[in-house]
Formats: sequence, C-alpha cells, structure tokens
Amino acid sequence: MLDLPAPALFGQLLLGAINGAFYALLSLGLAVIFGLLHVVNFAHGAQYALGAFCAYLLLKFAGVPYWGALILSPLIVGLLGSAFERLFLRRLYDVDNIYQLLLTFSLALIIEGTLRALFGSSGFPYENPLPGGINLGFMFMPYYRAWVVAVSIVLCVATWLVIEKTKLGSYLRAATERPDLVRTFGINVPLMVTVTYGAGAALAAFAGVLAAPIYQVNPGMGANLLIIVFAVVVIGGMGSLMGSVVAGFGLGLLEGLTKLVYPTASSTVIFVVMALVLLLRPAGLAGREVH
Amino acid sequence: MPETVLPLLSLRDVCANYGPSRALHGVTLDVHSGELVTLVGRNGAGKTTTLKAIAGLMRDRTGSIAIGGAETIRLAPEKIARLGAAYCPEERGIFASLSVEENLLLPPVLHQSGYSADDIYQLFPRLYERRSSQGTKLSGGEQQILAIARILRTGAKLLLLDEPTEGLAPVIVDQIGDIVRILRQRGFTILLVEQNFEFASQLADRIYVVENGRVVEHFSADEARSQPDRLRAYLSV
Amino acid sequence: MPRISLNPAAAIFLALLAFGLVGPLLVYPVFLMKVMCFALFASAFNLLIGYVGLLAFGHAMFFGGAAYVTGYLLKVAGWPAEVSILAGATAAAVLGVITGLLAIGRQGIYFAMITLALAQMFFFFCVQAPFTGGENGLTAIPRGHLFGLLDLSDDVSLYYVVFAIVASGIFLIYRTIHSPFGQVLKGIRDNEPRAISLGYDVNRFKLIAFTISAFVSGLAGALKAIVLQLATLVDVSWTTSGEVVLMTLMGGIGTVVGPILGAAVIITMQNYLTGFAEWVVTIQGLVFFFTVLIFRRGIAGEAERIYRNFRLRAVSPPRSEKTGRQDAVAPRNAA
Repeated sequence: MLDLPAPALFGQLLLGAINGAFYALLSLGLAVIFGLLHVVNFAHGAQYALGAFCAYLLLKFAGVPYWGALILSPLIVGLLGSAFERLFLRRLYDVDNIYQLLLTFSLALIIEGTLRALFGSSGFPYENPLPGGINLGFMFMPYYRAWVVAVSIVLCVATWLVIEKTKLGSYLRAATERPDLVRTFGINVPLMVTVTYGAGAALAAFAGVLAAPIYQVNPGMGANLLIIVFAVVVIGGMGSLMGSVVAGFGLGLLEGLTKLVYPTASSTVIFVVMALVLLLRPAGLAGREVH
Repeated sequence: MPETVLPLLSLRDVCANYGPSRALHGVTLDVHSGELVTLVGRNGAGKTTTLKAIAGLMRDRTGSIAIGGAETIRLAPEKIARLGAAYCPEERGIFASLSVEENLLLPPVLHQSGYSADDIYQLFPRLYERRSSQGTKLSGGEQQILAIARILRTGAKLLLLDEPTEGLAPVIVDQIGDIVRILRQRGFTILLVEQNFEFASQLADRIYVVENGRVVEHFSADEARSQPDRLRAYLSV
Repeated sequence: MPRISLNPAAAIFLALLAFGLVGPLLVYPVFLMKVMCFALFASAFNLLIGYVGLLAFGHAMFFGGAAYVTGYLLKVAGWPAEVSILAGATAAAVLGVITGLLAIGRQGIYFAMITLALAQMFFFFCVQAPFTGGENGLTAIPRGHLFGLLDLSDDVSLYYVVFAIVASGIFLIYRTIHSPFGQVLKGIRDNEPRAISLGYDVNRFKLIAFTISAFVSGLAGALKAIVLQLATLVDVSWTTSGEVVLMTLMGGIGTVVGPILGAAVIITMQNYLTGFAEWVVTIQGLVFFFTVLIFRRGIAGEAERIYRNFRLRAVSPPRSEKTGRQDAVAPRNAA
C-alpha cells in the first residue's frame, strides 16, 4: 500500500467526502428535475450560488443566522425556480428539448452575471456556525464538516424514500413514464412539474448554504462545480437516483485520494474517469439512457 | 331518437389534429347514463382519437364535448377526470416503475362512490396475489384487468375503454367481456372502442361506426344482431 | 424548388462578400476581423447543431486550444504564421477526434454534457500547463509574416489574409453541407434510426462532421490569436462555448448565413456594452434568454419565414394564414 501518514489520509478522505456530499446533492437535484421534466438544468450551479448568497444577505441585512437561512434560502430559491418554470420554461415543452437546456443555461448566465455585477468576483467569507471539532485519535474532525456529510446523507436518503416509498413518489414515477395518462387520473401533472423544478432548485440552494461556511460565497462557485457534477452524472447515469448519489460520494472520495497521491491530477481525475467510463461502458455505469 | 334526459356524454362536431394532420372531422355522438356504447371502425378511423379527445389528451380539439352537461372542450385532462370520466388506454398504461398495488392505488379517489381496494382484490384475486410484483411483469390479460380495476377506485361514472381485448387469448377476451358486462350492470356508463366485432355486438346497447374521422352509421343492439352483415361490411378490409 | 430558395441566400452571400472586400475602408479592421473569426467559429458550430442535430457545448476547447498552439508557436517557437495557423487548427482537429470518439456514442443531452465536461477538463489542463501562461495567458503574440513575405502587423494586409481564410473556411462548411456527405448528415439529423437501417455507419459520419467542425473552430481560434495577439483562459472557458451557441441561435440554427449574422450582432453588442462593464454577462444572458423564448429561428430563420410567407401570399393570398403559425417549422430545423 501507499506509505502515507494516517492523519493526512483521513484528512483528504474527509475533504473528499465533503466534496462528494456536494456532488451528490447537486446530481440528485439534477436527476429529480431530469426525471420528470427531461430538462438538464444548466442553472443548477447558479441556483446553488444563489442559495449561498441568499444566506449571506439574510445574515447581513436581516440578521438571520445560518440555521434560519438553511430553511429560508432554499425556500426563496425554490419559489424563484418554480416561477421560472411556470412563466418561461413551460413555454418550451413542445419544441426540441435543446431549447429548454439553452433557456436554463441563459438563466445561469443571468444569475451569475448579476451576482458578479452586484457583489464582485472576490467573494465573502461566511462564519462557521459550528466552530471547533473533536480529536478522533487518528484525525481531527471539525464539527461543521461532520454536519455537512451527515445532513447530506440524510437528505439524499430522505429524497430517495419520498420518491420510492410514498404516494407522492408514485405520482412522480408514474408521471415520469406517462404524464398524459397520469393527468387523466385527475392528477395535476403541470403543477407537479412546477413544484419538482422548484424542489430541485431548492435542493441546490440548500447545498449552497451548506457550502457557504466551507468555501467562500462567490458568484462563480456554482459554474465550475456544476460541470464536475455533469461528469458525475455521465458516470453514474441519470436513470437512478441512488446511482447519482453513490457516484457523487464515490467520486468525491476518489478526488480526495488523488489530491494526496498526485495533486496535479486532482482537478481532472473525475473527467478522466468519465472518459474511461465512456470508452468502456458507453451507456454509463447505471446503463439506462433516457432520450 | 327523442330523448328528454340529458345524455351523460355528448359530442358535437368534434375535430382534432395530430400536429398538422386532422384526425377527427366532426364527430357527433351521445352516450346516456348507464349505457354501453361501442365505437367500431377500421384501423385509423379515429376511434382512439375520439376517446383521447374526450379524455382531454388531444390538445388541438374543437367542437363541443359535454360530460354531465359541463363543457370540456377547453379543460385540462385532470379537470375532465374530476367530472367523472376515466380513460383506459389501448396499451393499458401500466407503469413499470410501480408495483401492481401502486398501480392500482395510483389514481386518486375523486368521488366517494368508487370501489375500495379490498372490493377490487375480492373481484380480482389474482391482482391481490401479485400485488407486490412490478406492474409490467403481469401477463397481458392481467395488465388489462389491472388497468380497468385501477379506474374503478376513483369513483368515475363514465369509463372510456380503448380496445380492452386487443392481443389477448380468447379465454381472456371472454373474461374481459364478463367484467365489462358486470360493470354495465353495476351502473357504469361505458364508451368502448372495439375492433372485435363479435365482442362489440354482444355487449353493446348501441354501436357507432366511425370512418375517416366521422360517425357514419348508428346501430341499436337489435339492429346489429338482426343485420350483422351490414355492420360487418363497414369493418371488412 | 431549391433554386428559388437558394437565390436570396446567394444574394446575401454576395452582399457579405462585397462588404467584406471593402470593409476595412468603412469599419475598424480589427473589429471586423474579430467578427469574422467568430463568424467562422459559429459556422463550424452550426455544422453540428444545424445539420447533424448535435448540441456540442464544449467548442471553446477547439477555439481556445488552437489559439494557444498558434500563439505559442508564433511567440515562443518563432514559427511562420501560416504554419502556426495550420498547426493550431490541426491540433484542434486532433482534440476533435478524441472528444468525438468519446462523446459520439451518447445522444442528445448527454452529448452536450460530455462535450462540456471534456472541455472543462481541457480548461483545467490549460490552467496548469506550462505553455499557456496560466492566468495571464499568452499576450503580445507577434503576428509574423505570411510565407516570410507579407508583414501581418499591418492591419489591412492581415485583414485580407483573414478574410480569405474565413471565406474559404465558410465555403468548406457550405460544401460539406451541400455534398452527398451533408445529405447523409441531414438524414441522420432528421431520422437516425432510418439512417442506420439504410446501412449508414452513423457514428462514423458524426465523427467526421465533428472533426471538421473542430478543425474549422480551431482555424477561427488560431486567427483570433493572431488578430488580437492574445490567447487566454477565456478562450477555452465554458462561457466562450456558450457564446458560440448564442451567436448561432441568434443568427439562425441550420442556416448558412445565420451564424455570420449572429456573430456580427453579438460582437457588435459586446462592443457597445463595454460601457456597462460588469453587467455585460447579465445583458448577454437576457438576450440569450429571450432569443430562446421568442426568437428561436434567429435572424436568418425569421427572414426566410417572412420571405416565404410573402411569396406564398403573392401566389395564393387566402392560404397564407395557416403557414404563418409560430413554431410550426423552427423546432424541426434544430432537432
């Protein structure tokens, strides 16, 4: 095995798990939106950044602390997302689906450009709401990072449970297959679509708030992350929610390990894995392609 | 046909398009409460499209479609469902990502008069046995039964059944026939699309012949039985 | 029939050609050259989205990659201009083959995500690679001499060289579209299963088209590096990939003149917007947003529709109403 000091190894694994948590949350939100709308939400990264900025502004101007922002910020971004779907995206369901993709892409430009124009590119720090940590013997575990990993796992599992095990989830699954037929049962699918897009955006915003104390709050935080998440999605496949979550965490850990072994490759390792997957299993690991 | 009671379903001059091509050229027909009416006609005549138009699935539709006196030509499918119409598509529409039970329980109960899941399981014990398997793992006949059973829970009064016998073995066709007959006896109003002439003429109170997107002929049950050749002539290729 | 619809396009081409020839007398040549580079870039991109139905979201990789290669060869290795340009475009073509091999097997949305992800990988590579100049990029790239004779540091001489290369590049795209090969591409775009059942090796056709597109994008990027004497990370960033999508969409996806017009409009707009400095991205985003929502056919597409309606009305007045319906044609062009 590699001859590495244990604290460094676990430290990098923890960093990897944190990154993985964000990959998982974002690819989960993408998958939820894609499942029902068949839209790749290119605005997902911008909505993530918007979530972080919401938390920052809520704290600065309304004195709302982190824990309040964790609820309020996803709510605000979710409502904005729903409004976007209802007012604009909906008009494009009848035309080729590249236009839906392009509309969300242009939304990303608008959000990111506006954040940059208003707040500059340098970014702001956000105070850690859970300072301190605990020495586990083999490594030091900061409380906040433990919280991020834990809450992400809980949220992913909860989302999965809602979709796989509840009545609402059965509506969602059925509407993914045959929206028209589900409507003839008296279920308001267009409303579900609006809510689902909002929920996906809210999930991105939640991840943004989680990220604020770890990374800085800055306008570009979402764009770069989103492209990595796309690679994660290509690797894991958007067919299964669990697939995207597992791929998210797994690739985060892999990235952490790479940073330890060969730091130069750490920013590209996920893309390399993607290229390998495409060569060896063109349909992706989950192997289910939705057209 | 002088009628004093308002028909439960009434179509007047209904037109509908698939994109640029017109599929219905003015369909006019009535279905009275408690009746079992069949639409027959060749492939592509517009039978399925007529059902889809009633269910609200043809977005590009004009004319008048009234259900229980309420105009639905501009209503969304989910609103039409609340007026008591339920649609069972030709391909059954069983969801692969749902179990048999989830499929059965999927349509929300819109009127209290519907069957309970227990009633349905009693009526179709096979569905109970297989309730936790994947919906599409059922046989074709079982899927058809599930597709019909699932809309009985909602309390719908008007059932739109699209070719429930298609591709099924004769034994199963008889079974489906029995089910449809029972539903008719229990007071459901049924509009049935059928290519199977025997099946249609045995069950129906009245028969409409659809051709080129129009209703071209109308038979009562007695006429259909006394002049089967005239009816058959419409269906022969 | 095709003759009738071709004529107005040919007229526009001749007008563009004529304007291009006298352009430097009327407009600042560097600005015109920049427009031409992006017009070529957008035309290359349009070959894929408009004629194969592939939405590639990582074309900055070819554009910026070639800019780096050409810039490096001119500035550090001191190669002649024509060889540097060709080397840049060839490097882009090689990148295109690699990207194409990886991405072509997946369809639609996945294709967009894969090309974007691979382009981002290339971006990270450029951030770290020693020859790109990192955050600063390659600046003050010497323009060099063409064939050792013509001094390209003179804007007007460079202008006509760029004009000739861009015109040939666009002509190459035009020939590709109107060749039997292009017919097969359109067949794949309109109905891929049918093309497969007719026995075409669809993936090979797509790969060749992708490589041509990458090569021409590279040509555009190489020229841009010489014109602006600059190759930076912006050229390989996803915003540049998005910009070329916007130009093509704005001009008209699936039309030959569209990308040229789109590039001209967007570059001009950017020029006027420099006063708004930090709001440029937002404004460009808004323009993009409303183009997608209400102007999907783009300038050339709308012009063509109006022209057709006009002709139709002239021929048979009462029937024109039905063909004038919004969105009846546009999505097919892009699909």
